[in-house]
Amino acid sequence: MTSSVFPFSAIVAQDEMKLALLIAAVDASIGGVLVFGDRGTGKSTAVRALAALLPKMRVAVPCRYGCDPEAPRLCEECTQRRARGELKSRLAPVPVVDLPLGATEDRVVGALDLERALAHGEKVFEPGLLARAHRGFLYIDEVNLLEDHLVDLLLDVAASGENVVEREGLSVRHPARFVLVGSGNPEEGELRPQLLDRFGLSVEVRTPEDLRTRIEVVRRRDEFERDPEAYVAKWKRDEERLRKLIVSARARLEDVAVPDLALENAARLCMALGTDGLRGELTLMRAARAAASLEGAKTVSDVHLRRVAPPALRHRLRRNPLDEAGSTVRVERALGELFGT
Amino acid sequence: MSRVATVPSIWSDAVLAAALFAVDPAGVGGISVRSHAGPVRDLWLAGVRDALPDGAPWCRLPVHTADGRLLGGLDLAATLRAGRPVAERGLLSAADGGVLVATMAERMSSLTAARLVAALDSREVLLERDGLGMRIPARFGVIALDEGVAADETPPPSLLDRLAFHLDLTSVAIRDAALEFIDEQAVAEARGRLPGVVLRDDVLESLCSAALALGIGSARAVLQAVRVARAAAALGGRDLAALEDAALAGRLVFSSRVTRLPADDPPAEPEPPQAEKEPADEAVADDAADGNPASDSTQPLEETVVASVAASLPPGLLASLRAGGTIPRSGASVGRSGALQQAKLRGRPAGIRRGEPRSGARLNVIETLRAAAPWQPLRRRARAEALAQPGADRPRIEVRHDDFRITRFKQRAQTTTLFVVDASGSSALNRLGEAKGAVELLLADCYVRRDRVALIAFRGSGAELLLPPTRSLVRAKRSLAALPGGGGTPLATGIVAATALGESLKRRGDTPLLVFMCDGGANIARDGSPGRQRAEEDAIAAAQQLRAAGLAALVIDTSPRTHPLAQRLAREMSGRYLPLPRADAAALSRAVGVGTASGRRGVAT
Repeated sequence: MTSSVFPFSAIVAQDEMKLALLIAAVDASIGGVLVFGDRGTGKSTAVRALAALLPKMRVAVPCRYGCDPEAPRLCEECTQRRARGELKSRLAPVPVVDLPLGATEDRVVGALDLERALAHGEKVFEPGLLARAHRGFLYIDEVNLLEDHLVDLLLDVAASGENVVEREGLSVRHPARFVLVGSGNPEEGELRPQLLDRFGLSVEVRTPEDLRTRIEVVRRRDEFERDPEAYVAKWKRDEERLRKLIVSARARLEDVAVPDLALENAARLCMALGTDGLRGELTLMRAARAAASLEGAKTVSDVHLRRVAPPALRHRLRRNPLDEAGSTVRVERALGELFGT
Repeated sequence: MSRVATVPSIWSDAVLAAALFAVDPAGVGGISVRSHAGPVRDLWLAGVRDALPDGAPWCRLPVHTADGRLLGGLDLAATLRAGRPVAERGLLSAADGGVLVATMAERMSSLTAARLVAALDSREVLLERDGLGMRIPARFGVIALDEGVAADETPPPSLLDRLAFHLDLTSVAIRDAALEFIDEQAVAEARGRLPGVVLRDDVLESLCSAALALGIGSARAVLQAVRVARAAAALGGRDLAALEDAALAGRLVFSSRVTRLPADDPPAEPEPPQAEKEPADEAVADDAADGNPASDSTQPLEETVVASVAASLPPGLLASLRAGGTIPRSGASVGRSGALQQAKLRGRPAGIRRGEPRSGARLNVIETLRAAAPWQPLRRRARAEALAQPGADRPRIEVRHDDFRITRFKQRAQTTTLFVVDASGSSALNRLGEAKGAVELLLADCYVRRDRVALIAFRGSGAELLLPPTRSLVRAKRSLAALPGGGGTPLATGIVAATALGESLKRRGDTPLLVFMCDGGANIARDGSPGRQRAEEDAIAAAQQLRAAGLAALVIDTSPRTHPLAQRLAREMSGRYLPLPRADAAALSRAVGVGTASGRRGVAT
């Protein structure tokens, strides 16, 4: 049923959303992407499309948590295997795991394997969604409707990068580092500030107002729905090109220079906007570096800063009710003052 | 199928929509039907049901359906019998291949809607519950039965967005309804024809530009119209969806979603569709029906679709749109979120979660036992091994800490009416007396409705919270009696104080309603300095701040003649304005009663 997803490269317009997702794919330390916007703008489509786009990664086998064989810290089993020199690996797709609303806690964190317990009376830990999302993406559609106790749990794991389960006398601890991707419609309810802050980038999507774009959106979507396989095949080369771009951008990332001027401008911008803490500046720099790398640039320039400043900063502004303008406009204004228009 | 160019009756449109839906339920998405329960609706539903293929599921979704029933979960009885996990189908997967009928959809919570919508979008249910993780196909169409009365009492906007047709059968009489039925034979044939139906590119473009011209934001509406146009062609026995199909689809899908009407002289298209751009008059649909699609039509396709939509709008609406007003988008209704408050002990049960029966949470014994049941053999064995003495005072059921389930409750947020009273100047004593009377009246009323009131008075150089939110009649009367008067009018300070209190109430899950009783006069600025102009500017800024905080406000103008500043304030607050030159307590109470009632409707879930 889900064998065919709409190709990422076939998504019309929504450049900011696409850039934010690509940045997260290039640099996972960016801290997640939040996509908020109108209904029917293809928020979920983009995230699911990203899953099909991502290049494969190397994982340890057999490992239930998808450990990275190169990583310094592994799960217990893999650590033992490495000590014995038996660690093997293979290529596997990057997981993009859906956390559906209505999921129960045991499925999210993992619990005892019910089948084994019933049939054989054995206590075996069955990893949950957090384990499955390790080294990949955890996607929550309608993130603002997620139940509070699940949100708390996610925040905890996202902060520590580790999931700890104590159940039925079983104590399991496994790495769970993932890029949190949330989407939602602000009309359904606001996001708790603590969760909002966890997202590195926040994207606002809007329905395109331009007729040509809208026709293209509908035409492509319609063509895809009438024959998904053929449509995916049609876009295969574009997808391949984009995939290569992600791979090369990742490889280049460490070599992209961040000049002092860019650092200074980032700091000035954050000061002008009065963002809380250093997280904003850090994300801004990282995102600008990833954007530069995606472009093949060797150094971060003002162009990159300008491009990523709205998604990196707009959700970190302190609400200023006296300012009628939305946070996006405020970021743009500050950018205009800093760099000139 | 012959279609007439005159405005079709509501019922024949409803029948047509039902037939198109029956051709492709999952593709079209669904229908929302606004109507009272009654013979007309029953007749219509029976018609849809008969038009569906034999054996297609027809499931009813009650309004408060728990997750286990909706999504599915562990079938405990079967699991214990079989000795392996057995999944129980939820309603969403049970409806696969058929239709899900959501009853009382106007009361559906946004949480239920989110689950339903996720299944509609992905055409499967992603189940991650009770130790089960699976994807179950769920391809279905939805019929949302909307029994709402008030304009803002609608099914959740996220659901409506996925349903192609929004019908209103409230005004249909049973004798009209008995005249026309779905042609089941035609529907069955259309179903076979549908996969081969082709939609011309310029027709697709015309639907897109019509949607843009009518201010329809969601791309889903256009996609639905595209599918409806195909279904219409299939129903008409054609393999090519033509202009008349697009016009029909536009009329049926777009008319309930219009947010603006195109200007009378449409701006020149920068890049007109390649299609022939010929003028036409009202009879385009007829021309097309003659088997001459668009080629000799005398109007751009887009305009035909727009005209088709406009013809089916009620006349009053049209006039208000022309006047420049826009219909509030149903999605923009405020306060749906956060209106439900998590509570530990009171309210409607809203689900079960793992947790400890501590700090007032209530243990759900049955769910706890259910949670413990599958693990019993495992635990018995573990205990037997640990004790190595079989049979030694073994509990019959072993319940562990992990099994504890507590019930979550959701409580309707309470309304707190916050009075902000101008207690300044000489006339204040008079006005204050009236305000006191109103608060007392309202309090008695609130006592019945379980609402609360609070009172802030501003005078001299500051604002004072004289009555913190309370339901106590005695306390309220006592603090009211002690309310002093006199001094300058620090209006801005009063608004700021009210905003702060309103926001803190909102954070706690209350629904605050701010009632300002003033004459719009202001002569003390926020920093306490006198001066009319500064004071008024500050007051307006504070009013904007109030709006930004998303608080509901009502400005009662107590001056002898309506005061422009009071009106301006109400506008800046996006609040209601009520001139009440001689405020008497009963009239005030009535006004506030209306305000809270409409506020409540928005939050009722």
